[in-house]
Amino acid sequence: MHQATSATVGEKPLLSLRNINMTFGGVKALKNVSFEGRPGEVHCLAGENGCGKSTLIKVITGVYRPADGAVIEYDGEIYSHMSPVTAQDRGIQVIWQDLALFPEMSVAENIAFHEVLGRRPRLVDYNRMRRIAIDALARLGVTLDVELPLKEYAIAQRQIVAIARALIGEAKLVFMDEPTASLTQSETDHLLEIVRTLSASGVAVVFVSHRLAEVLEISSRITVLRDGALVGVYPAAGMTQSRITELMTGKTFDQHVRARPRDDQPVVLEVRGLTRPGQFEDISLTVRRGETVGITGLLGAGRTELALALFGMLKPASGAISIEGKEVRFGSNRDAIKAGVAYLSEDRLSLGLIQPQAIADNLVIASLRKILSGGLLSEDRKRSLVSRWIADLGVRIGRQADAISTLSGGNQQRVAIAKWLATDPKLLILDCPTVGVDVGARAGIFDIVARLAESGLAIILISDEVPEVYFNADRVLHMAQGRIVGTYDPRQARLEEIEAAVYA
Amino acid sequence: MRSLIRTHATEFSLLAVIVIISTVLSVATANFFSLGNAFDLLNISAVNIIFAVGLLVVLIAGGIDISFAVAASVVQYCTAIALGWIGGGGWISGLLIAGSLGVLLGCLNAFLIHRFRIISIVATISTFNIYFGLLMFFTRGVSIYDLPEWLTDRVILFEQEMPDGTWIEITLPVLVMVICVVATWMLITRTTIGRQLYAFGDNPEGARRFGINIGAMQFIAFGWLGLMAGIGGLIQAHYAQEVVPNALYGRELDVLAAVVLGGARLGGGKGSVLGCVLGVLLISITQNGLNLMGVSPFAFKMIVGAIILVAITLSNTRIERLLPFVGRGAGR
Repeated sequence: MHQATSATVGEKPLLSLRNINMTFGGVKALKNVSFEGRPGEVHCLAGENGCGKSTLIKVITGVYRPADGAVIEYDGEIYSHMSPVTAQDRGIQVIWQDLALFPEMSVAENIAFHEVLGRRPRLVDYNRMRRIAIDALARLGVTLDVELPLKEYAIAQRQIVAIARALIGEAKLVFMDEPTASLTQSETDHLLEIVRTLSASGVAVVFVSHRLAEVLEISSRITVLRDGALVGVYPAAGMTQSRITELMTGKTFDQHVRARPRDDQPVVLEVRGLTRPGQFEDISLTVRRGETVGITGLLGAGRTELALALFGMLKPASGAISIEGKEVRFGSNRDAIKAGVAYLSEDRLSLGLIQPQAIADNLVIASLRKILSGGLLSEDRKRSLVSRWIADLGVRIGRQADAISTLSGGNQQRVAIAKWLATDPKLLILDCPTVGVDVGARAGIFDIVARLAESGLAIILISDEVPEVYFNADRVLHMAQGRIVGTYDPRQARLEEIEAAVYA
Repeated sequence: MRSLIRTHATEFSLLAVIVIISTVLSVATANFFSLGNAFDLLNISAVNIIFAVGLLVVLIAGGIDISFAVAASVVQYCTAIALGWIGGGGWISGLLIAGSLGVLLGCLNAFLIHRFRIISIVATISTFNIYFGLLMFFTRGVSIYDLPEWLTDRVILFEQEMPDGTWIEITLPVLVMVICVVATWMLITRTTIGRQLYAFGDNPEGARRFGINIGAMQFIAFGWLGLMAGIGGLIQAHYAQEVVPNALYGRELDVLAAVVLGGARLGGGKGSVLGCVLGVLLISITQNGLNLMGVSPFAFKMIVGAIILVAITLSNTRIERLLPFVGRGAGR
């Protein structure tokens, strides 16, 4: 637990909300919620997707107008609702999850974007913008080439640019909505360091994150919401991850090591000396029938590249892949699918599922051949195939024809898994299957994984969260810089030992 | 310098392709490598460059316009008639009339796109057909030859005989072209409006959250292209010394290809005036060279198409991506 910089935390709240109610089409999104933020404090807003976190942020920043009776007290003044303009003028800044940046424009322009705003056309003062950008970055202790287009930088630096932009307007209250969702561990550490710098300078930070470890590390207080209602406000000191999960979901989860011996089973996948220079080197591994092999390591360790090679989307330079004893050479992922390999992409939103399309169409996309009838797609066959998988994986849907984007993260992931199961794979590669999935729904996903393994599927489970592979895999492989640097048996190794090795 | 090459990769590779083609042509033909020919090229390309910088602004704002070339024809016709009414006019009144008519037609596109949320390619294919249909219907395909004298007289601003016996000339179209190029460059790189256009094309939702006036962006982009189309139309009439209703029909695709070749992205947020000018020049140089080499004009389109493919491939692909296993680096 880190120092909560108690010296700089003000006693009087900067922001205090009372009696916030918000209704959308008959559904109460916020029920009598209150919230408080003090200067110099990092306050975490925790809760599952749909619990009202984003709605609350949008009320504070003036995007939504709460029901009558709401009291928003900010910096000595009382409002019944905010407007986006007032919020900005009074120093309330939001760093949205999707950042709202301009990739083709320079870093300087992205940070000092307000300089080009306004109705009245003016000449652009690039020198001024450059200065503003460099100053803002310096406040965060970062140097970037501000002339380069933003697209030249990785997502972690873009995140920093978004923060720098939020800071130039003399921000007093900064909301960060899932700022670490796509960052590696070391990038996250750096970001948290920046958040500390920020709060030490007296800014009130409201931090929203799915990753409970960093919530505990960074925040001094935690406000938990569930189903639009306030559960409580807790000091971070003395809090544990499992306690927060309980508060968020209202359920208790017991995690136990699920590993079982699978040495007697036939080998499904055998990889020998697989190499693709610069991405992965000399990878050898076997996965047996019914076995779940976990691969963990930092982002950029070559995990996804290895998975893509096993799925025929990257060509290895040397080494061999055998499936059920037969050596295979994949020209494309079509060959891999034919050979019985299925790969669940880490990027469900843009790669894994076709968001605007119907649930049913998403589910059958990889197995269209099975629903042919006389050479044409059969609606009946599609419906029965979809019904079977929906029931089998316990996906909660309205109608099969609804767009996949109407489902929650957890249910979307179930459909994505069903899509691949419908191809009758022998080997299922799950790449970070819980990204963007609620804590509560995660357990459900891993129950499915365990059941699939029990039914004989060979599974590779990739995750950058060590506990996920520790509790759910039969064997854990640690990848770093493109190589397998450690193999652990969860029944013998301790979680802390693996974590120490991975995050070292 | 390295970052300059990195951020202007398209312009550099275009320049390289132009240098290569020019070298080949100056070896292969006797007349290509002369100042006289270079200035001829500028005179020939002036109208297309005017169209191109206009279209660039629309592409940067994330739109596309198919209708601007026939809109320019409509402007030519209406301007010729309007000049007849006012008894001849002159360059100033001509440019004013043509420019305003162009802006009007461009704004009609913006109105359809913004008010009725029609995507720009569909909206402008419709107006393309409407403009051209109306033009052919009312003119019955008849050209206008009796233009005012000031419009058909060549205006040579500067001429000089070179030691090699060729003449260099700077004509009015070149001057107008230069003004249009500089004005567009000012607009998109030096004014807040221009940066808002880039931002809007790059990330429309992000721009909206900053309170950028989306409607204004559409009207400015399509209005600017309309202005350029109007001016370009008048200059084309001056250059051809006649107004033929279908003279510019099909020009939109040539110009679009040149602008995309110059690094503008269909989808918005990207593109530069320099790249755009180089794109037009590359195509003109190729055509001019083929002409001098005595290649059949029927083969032009084919060769120009191939050049566009090669140049686009070169500028879109980083060299290292063409070689396997190099340069992708670890991780992503």
